[in-house]
Amino acid sequence: MLRAGCRAALPRRPLGSAARRGAGGAGAGEEGLKQTPLDALHRARGGRMVPFAGWTLPLHYGQGHLQSHLHTRRHCSLFDVSHMLQTLVYGRDRVRFMESLVVGDIAELKPGQGTLTLLTNEKGGITDDLIVTNTSEDHLYVVSNAACADKDLAILRDRAAQLQATGSDVHVEVSDNALLALQGPSMARVLQAGLSDDLAKLSFMNSVTTTVFGVPGCRVTRCGYTGEDGVEISVPAARAVELAEQFLGVPDVWLAGLAARDSLRLEAGLCLYGNDIDETVTPAEAGLMWTLGRSTSTSSLGQAEKQSVPSGYKGTSQASPTLTHLCPAGKRRRVAMDFPGAAVIMAQVKEKPRRRRVGLTSVGPAIRPHMAILGPEGRPVGTVTSGCPSPCLGKNIAMGYVEAAHSRTGTKLTVEVRKKQHPAVITKMPFVPTHYYMAK
Amino acid sequence: VLSKVARSPCFQKEDSQSEPSGERTKVAARFSRDCRSQTAGCWLQGASAAQEGDRARKFTDKHEWVSVENGIGTVGISDFAQEALGDVVYCSLPEVGTKLSKHDEFGALESVKAASELYSPLSGEVTEINAALADNPGLVNKSCYQDGWLIKMTVANPAELDELMTEDAYEKYIKSIED
Repeated sequence: MLRAGCRAALPRRPLGSAARRGAGGAGAGEEGLKQTPLDALHRARGGRMVPFAGWTLPLHYGQGHLQSHLHTRRHCSLFDVSHMLQTLVYGRDRVRFMESLVVGDIAELKPGQGTLTLLTNEKGGITDDLIVTNTSEDHLYVVSNAACADKDLAILRDRAAQLQATGSDVHVEVSDNALLALQGPSMARVLQAGLSDDLAKLSFMNSVTTTVFGVPGCRVTRCGYTGEDGVEISVPAARAVELAEQFLGVPDVWLAGLAARDSLRLEAGLCLYGNDIDETVTPAEAGLMWTLGRSTSTSSLGQAEKQSVPSGYKGTSQASPTLTHLCPAGKRRRVAMDFPGAAVIMAQVKEKPRRRRVGLTSVGPAIRPHMAILGPEGRPVGTVTSGCPSPCLGKNIAMGYVEAAHSRTGTKLTVEVRKKQHPAVITKMPFVPTHYYMAK
Repeated sequence: VLSKVARSPCFQKEDSQSEPSGERTKVAARFSRDCRSQTAGCWLQGASAAQEGDRARKFTDKHEWVSVENGIGTVGISDFAQEALGDVVYCSLPEVGTKLSKHDEFGALESVKAASELYSPLSGEVTEINAALADNPGLVNKSCYQDGWLIKMTVANPAELDELMTEDAYEKYIKSIED
């Protein structure tokens, strides 16, 4: 099996799902794969196209993966993430609707504020990770993973129908828009040139609808999947190419594809659904309990959780602006336990999870998904879920789950790489410092 | 090295965003790894031998090449393979003295994205590994037929060479799998 170059990390979606994009949006490509509005642009600019979650998307462009990754950290990259599912939730009862499905405190979100949250199942496992934004208009704006699109949409629609049947006012709509991510230290300068709004006032996880380089009706959210200061721009499909070309007209801005997207997010300590989190993993095991709000508990669980939480997510000692906006302020949802699987999750919190998500670093051959992690006696104590050589660090980074007893930062373990054992050490994440922006 | 070829029928080479190759070398050099080099031999001699052996280069269906000169085979991967792999950041190579049978896995090349195993084109014993790859794994991409050679080995069974593809046959083979 060719495991290099041309296959993206995420599981592929079966073909045959009805294309959800309307006219002017994506068409059908080779082998029934969906195309984003930027498909022709990717091909014209040397995109190496691969199937991914039912879509045809660029893995990288002419300059290669390494260069693209480093360029994002030094300058600015443009990613087409139109394959992600964008839904709009309308109606008076939209917050109650959303909170019946996710763990986060949606009610406390200020107008324009968003949060990373989790859809959970009845067993306490994670169905998807997604961003929910309380727009200052009349709806919630939800972005979730392409690989979970059919699953998520079914859940949202079923719950909406349930609530409607009892007289609630809620309505779910899928957005046809393209979604462009502009990420890197130069993003603010590049984007400001096309905005009349003052970008300095837009903090991480906040969102506005505005005109960008003459294209009206764009939703600009200061968030991303790279650890850098960046935005995701939801743009009407018919004008997506025009907007992309405006950005690409700036020499500082390069196109980047799925390959760089994956290595960047791993350096930033961000989970990939399907690898690092899935239906069989709880937020407690995944170190994502902060999505339920801050815990005022001083238990040792809180300490261990801090070690595995990407330090960019919660208030930390990091010098760069922290992400307290990302973490719901209170513990209403923990206490109310009014989300799917709450009993299982809160029981795990109380008794402490038996396994924990951790970061690992090593040198030598890279640590890759599914490799066994061995403890001090040489016994398997865990499994790798993501891994690659870090372009920025010049060593290998990885995420995996290990038995709680062996999960402290600094623990020395070994990883089995092609039948040989190599030392690895548990490392706090993010592996590379993040640069999320907070307005003064 | 590639046992299944990824199909990308719409791939077009486009140099609009390429950087000078010097930058690429610098980037690749960050990945300083020990390739367990035990060679005391002069690998420069090996490089010129590879040039003289150009005409005799044979290929496997897994995209390794071998070129035999004075009873020593120099092994590398093809341009097609290095292109598909992307930037090589680490080379896992065997120790000198390792005995290989044809088809044996003898190491791996790591790109950021994934690792790809290397399969021996011949039976023989490893006499040398390319020490330059420890500090400069990107040589595999930049110069896959010359400076990016991987190992040298004895040829225990010269008849095995006849089972491999000539350069022409390999070109045809690549075209057939790309379509």
